[in-house]
Amino acid sequence: MAVVGDAPVLTGLCVRPAFRDRLDLPRRVVFLAALSMVGIVFILLGFIAWQGVQLFVQNGVPISSVLSPTWSPEDAPVSFGILPFVLATIGVTGVAVLISTPLSVGLALFLSEVAPRRAREIVQPALEIFVGIPSVVWGWLGLTILVPILATNFRWLGFTVGFSWFAGSVVLSIMILPTITTITYDAFRAVPQELRTGSLALGTTRWQMIRHILLPAARAGTLTAIVLGMTRAAGEALAVQMVIGNRPTIPTSLTQPVTTLTSQITLDMGNTVFGAPDNNVLWTMGLILLLISMLSVILIRAMNRSGKRA
Amino acid sequence: MTTTTREDAPLLDAIDPAAATLPPRIVVAGAEAPTAPAATGTPKVDAENVSIYYGAKLAVRDVTLHVPERSILALIGPSGSGKSTFLRCFNRMNDLIPGARVTGQVRLDGEALMDADVSVVELRRRVGMVFQRPNPFPMSIYDNVAYGPRRRGASNRVEMDELVERSLTRAALWNEVKDDIHKKSGLSLSGGQQQRLCIARVLATEPEVILMDEPASALDPISTLRVEELMRELRETYTIIIVTHNMQQAARVSDRTAFFNMGEDRAGYLVELDDTRTLFTNPKNQLTEDYVSGRFG
Amino acid sequence: MTAAGQSQRKSSGRAGRTIVADRVATAVLWGLGAFVLLLLGGIIVHFVLASIGFMSLSFVFGDPSESALGGVGPLLFNSVYMLVLAMLIAVPLGILAGIYMSEYAGDNRVTDSIRFAEEAISSVPSIVVGLFGLIAFVNLTHWGFTAMGGALALTLFNLPLMARLCEQALRAVPADERSASLALGATKWQTIRHVVLPLAIPGIVTGIILTAGRVFGEAAALLFTAGISTPTGYNFANLNIFDHNSPWSPFRPATTLSVYIWKTNSEGLGSFVQQIGDGASALLLATVLIFNVGARFLGRILTRRLTAA
Repeated sequence: MAVVGDAPVLTGLCVRPAFRDRLDLPRRVVFLAALSMVGIVFILLGFIAWQGVQLFVQNGVPISSVLSPTWSPEDAPVSFGILPFVLATIGVTGVAVLISTPLSVGLALFLSEVAPRRAREIVQPALEIFVGIPSVVWGWLGLTILVPILATNFRWLGFTVGFSWFAGSVVLSIMILPTITTITYDAFRAVPQELRTGSLALGTTRWQMIRHILLPAARAGTLTAIVLGMTRAAGEALAVQMVIGNRPTIPTSLTQPVTTLTSQITLDMGNTVFGAPDNNVLWTMGLILLLISMLSVILIRAMNRSGKRA
Repeated sequence: MTTTTREDAPLLDAIDPAAATLPPRIVVAGAEAPTAPAATGTPKVDAENVSIYYGAKLAVRDVTLHVPERSILALIGPSGSGKSTFLRCFNRMNDLIPGARVTGQVRLDGEALMDADVSVVELRRRVGMVFQRPNPFPMSIYDNVAYGPRRRGASNRVEMDELVERSLTRAALWNEVKDDIHKKSGLSLSGGQQQRLCIARVLATEPEVILMDEPASALDPISTLRVEELMRELRETYTIIIVTHNMQQAARVSDRTAFFNMGEDRAGYLVELDDTRTLFTNPKNQLTEDYVSGRFG
Repeated sequence: MTAAGQSQRKSSGRAGRTIVADRVATAVLWGLGAFVLLLLGGIIVHFVLASIGFMSLSFVFGDPSESALGGVGPLLFNSVYMLVLAMLIAVPLGILAGIYMSEYAGDNRVTDSIRFAEEAISSVPSIVVGLFGLIAFVNLTHWGFTAMGGALALTLFNLPLMARLCEQALRAVPADERSASLALGATKWQTIRHVVLPLAIPGIVTGIILTAGRVFGEAAALLFTAGISTPTGYNFANLNIFDHNSPWSPFRPATTLSVYIWKTNSEGLGSFVQQIGDGASALLLATVLIFNVGARFLGRILTRRLTAA
């Protein structure tokens, strides 16, 4: 820690510090700046939670109806079942993580164990550029390149894939690839070199060393990376919305258009009136998203704490 | 099992008149003071005109030596004299250092081991290495010892149990851990025990040669003596090359000793190689004499 | 288990198979590295090719148009304006927070909760940040959609990011520097101001540029705070920042380039959606590249200047 003790200003031989220094204004100011983040969390939670429960409080919609699979805000019988969106978020995120994790871990292995310095110096900056690409651009690419390719090339398989769950997952998987890769790479670098040399000196190949020594040793960091990637994927709104088809149905097939929680919010927020139930339900969805992200932060902290104990 | 006698230690007196303050040499009952076994036929390992480069920089210059079977060769010399670098030739661990290049010939049982079609993986099974700092894997004691054989495909549970017990016994660790080898992590052992675990791990691959790079320098004196005791036992079965900066250790343990020094070009080179007794009491080279009598290094 | 003297040639049995597995694995890993480069290269090439037909100064700086292929000038201006405004708020706050975390924070519950807050806010989905902004900076304040509202919403994730990067930059300054200053009788704050901060500047600048890159591309948080109306006819000569019609005022809607891409796509009107989307995306991508390269470059120069001097 870079904290060194305070040094009071001495005037002459007088040891009693001046009022200005006892007040220590700088310290209080920077403390407030840092503490404001805690305040922000409370306010954020508070506002979203407040508005999120208005569906039940202000509009009197029973909580159980929100869990129904029928989304019908306008046509009778009116139903605000958000189950299709929840399932779609889980499904799209899950498949994205499934696609991205092996690629990311492999890429991290490449950077950490296989790549010579020059190759690393090219691939790492490329990854950083990936991180910087805005989500709308990914959505646009998915829309203009991926979806047409999917739509034309898979017809021979008997079904059409276009705007779909699958398209959403593919776009997301590329978006979270740099996240999972960089954190996993850091985890690999933290594994002491002696474990590697110990294995190699016993006559194992590099791949055996990776499989049996490196990956287990870096398991905590890799899991953290995956959870972070998952959180990012679940929270992504615009890129997903542009390729996913936007049909509020229960997701049953990878090729069908679906709508995630985030997509629905972006679609409907502008078209609904503040205070009406079809608007308030969007806030409830926002609250769910907020809770998901908070839970994953708590989960990661818990994982790291138990990892340190081990 | 051990007897300690001062009469067995004329070497120590020759090196240092204040030898009375040095710890007594521990001798395994039944074995006589170390003598170099008569050279018989092909040496177990040998090096011929070996030079090692890191990029363009020469690190070790033109070393030729051989090691007879079932003997202990000690490499001594000041820091930077290339001892560890040279040691790593025998299991081709230098291959892991980018830019490292070895010229000359290195042979195991007369077969060249630098050739392109040599399986480095197989070589490292036959030539094992113990490192300066113990590096047990974060797994149970059993899994640590079983690691090498398992990677080679061994799976029979009964045979593995026997192998693990045998290796731990040979490494003088079995009695201390036998109640708990499946649950206890290798990392929970003391420093000396960890190093013996690493030795057991190497023994489990049933090598022929064991390379030791300052195996006791990170250990307390009592653990050090136990490891040295172990070396003398292992000599019955294996060929051992040990790098040490501790001259007395070399004198206590080895049959033959090679003295390396750093030249003016900052490259290490072999100054003298001889039976241990001779090298310490009657060295042929003035530099050797200066080093073993403590005038530099 | 094995006899001594067994050949160590590569072809022998079991060893051969594990070596094949190792080779395959190595090839796959190299393939992944190549994949990343090819993908990035492909994206860049795609946008260059796609914009060739219509990319021009009049596109970059011209006004959007209903009938013909308009430009993205005001959108670009809004993106830059929003960036500057957001940074003006987040950078000083972030530096101050970073100073606290690096120089003053003890190992206690308060510090732990600040760190938790940092992580918590940064993982909130940007759409939810936008929702919060809608309540706090649009409805409650009765501002409606404004650039200020957008900037304040952006501060929500800029602040933890800046704070963390600044903290890292400050921690990287060696303890010896602080000790030397204190030993000369300086106060802690003087030490920070005159010794630690200047030395941490390369890291802080890199942090600013990285944060800026993130802000420039942000869209989800701005949809419901800065608005999505298409701007035209900005009168840059109107320098009265209190006039809500002046483009220099922060209290007016400010649709950015990223938001515009999404809006054009979601409305799907007009026959130029493809070009607008491609062109605007190409512009965004170009700025990301500039930010990225610029950050490395600047970071390297600044470090060299401070350490070699």
